[in-house]
Amino acid sequence: MSTLVLLLVTGVGLGALYFLVASGLSLIYGLMGVLNFAHGSFLTLGAYAGWEVSRRMSDGSWLSLVLSLVVGAAVGALVAIATELLLIRRLYERHVEQVLVTVGLALATVALFDGIWGTDAVYVSGPAWLDETSGVLGAQIPHDRFLLIGVAVAVLLGIVAFLRFTRFGLVIRAGVENRSMVTALGIDVRMAFTVVFAIGGAAAGIGGVLASQYFGYVSPQLGASLLIFAFIVTVIGGLGSLLGAAIASLAVAVLQQLANFYASGTGDLVVVLLLAAVLLVRPSGLMGARA
Amino acid sequence: MSTRPVLVVRGLTARIAGQQVLEDVSLEVPARGVTALLGRNGVGKTSTLKALMGLIERSGTIELDGEPVDRLATHKVVQRGVGYVPEDREVFGSLTVAENLRLAERSGGRGGRHGVSPERRELVGDLFPDIIDRSSQRAGTLSGGQQQMVALARALLNENRLLLVDEPTKGLSPRLVGEVTDALEKAAQVVPVLLVEQNLTVARRLAGDAVVLDGGRVVHAGPAADLLDDESRVVALLGVGGEPGQSQSQHQSQHQSQDQSQDQSQHQSQQHDTAEATS
Repeated sequence: MSTLVLLLVTGVGLGALYFLVASGLSLIYGLMGVLNFAHGSFLTLGAYAGWEVSRRMSDGSWLSLVLSLVVGAAVGALVAIATELLLIRRLYERHVEQVLVTVGLALATVALFDGIWGTDAVYVSGPAWLDETSGVLGAQIPHDRFLLIGVAVAVLLGIVAFLRFTRFGLVIRAGVENRSMVTALGIDVRMAFTVVFAIGGAAAGIGGVLASQYFGYVSPQLGASLLIFAFIVTVIGGLGSLLGAAIASLAVAVLQQLANFYASGTGDLVVVLLLAAVLLVRPSGLMGARA
Repeated sequence: MSTRPVLVVRGLTARIAGQQVLEDVSLEVPARGVTALLGRNGVGKTSTLKALMGLIERSGTIELDGEPVDRLATHKVVQRGVGYVPEDREVFGSLTVAENLRLAERSGGRGGRHGVSPERRELVGDLFPDIIDRSSQRAGTLSGGQQQMVALARALLNENRLLLVDEPTKGLSPRLVGEVTDALEKAAQVVPVLLVEQNLTVARRLAGDAVVLDGGRVVHAGPAADLLDDESRVVALLGVGGEPGQSQSQHQSQHQSQDQSQDQSQHQSQQHDTAEATS
């Protein structure tokens, strides 16, 4: 029982990380039809930025962690905005080229991170509380899981509120459904493109800082390793659906944890099988709009 | 001012996915009343409106109140004062009626935050009390007729120089055809309308002028009454009719039968319509 609880909570924590990456992917694809393979780089850069902050501050304070998260989010957002304005926008409506340019950017930035921070992982430490555990239903749960879950829930609620209560949010929701009609109402939908890239980049940057706390290190490959699962989550949840991404993040991560423990490390395989099953039964994903 | 046409189109060509859909469209829309854009299925009526909006690749000259708009992106064309009511309504189904309308509100000049005047709100409220009552309902759950009202309301909220309205009565029951026609008649008192309409009864009631397309070209232009009262020309140009009233009843019954299956097969019919528009 206690093992199961630990696996479930760890799965939900990992799901929180997946969600932070997948939310941006899903919004960007839903609105613009762009599969952003550079999204992992936003995460990695956010993680390094957070690490740079924490090593300059007195290591291990809460203030340092909060500041890392803020800086990680800001760096993620700025790089995402630059990507959209300088690369994606120039290839408006040319989806193959857009995919190619994001793949190229992902490869190039990993090499850049190698050059700046070295190919070896840099180790990250946070507040001591995160390394402690608490008993939950007989299981000893490391506190970092709670941080991941708490921040991801806050990000989810923040994005939902943004989409529901702001004019940009209204434009984004309408654009996900029918982009050309949004322009036919006199709205420059490209503004919304930049905004979703900023939101996605900020969420990925936060995800990077949290991932570095969870794994205990940052490496140039950090983003790419999470991006694969985030893409799977996005497809399972339904491209363009934020809620679908949230649900699929939890399902994928929990399943992965359970399979890794109970089925001798087959977590990744099970996730791919789940993806195949969803694609066969519901090709548009759990909450996808169109078939 | 009043004699100058609001829209002058010269040599408009357009393509969809590399295929030429408009060969050479030249037309003028007077600054008042309804101008009907008529023709058989697939002659380029919807494509003409889409090309004017910049929604499909086009070339040629388009002047709105004497200013060229043929090189502008769609949203800029709209901001110059063109309201668009597309063929399949294209309301945002996951948004509420109120959100659909809010999205359509354009910020006007430097004056207010929104360009929507109290008079316009009142006009929309008077014309479409039904949908105002359903403000908080998701537009996707409305009937076809109500969705059409939302689509018209979106265009009427703003001060436009011209409305482009594409088959507003398609798929509606005779009662709703009447309501939509009434609304268009009132709308046309405040803004000129270029109207694509298959229902010749509606066209006859609303239109002052008519332009007929065939094969992506204009084949006739003139007063609507002259054309629609001349049965032989109606048959020759529009390929309908034969006996008095037949064209109307044919269309009516077609619309009616579509309406009955409307709710179940809305998506299906939209796909069909899209295919028709691009063919």
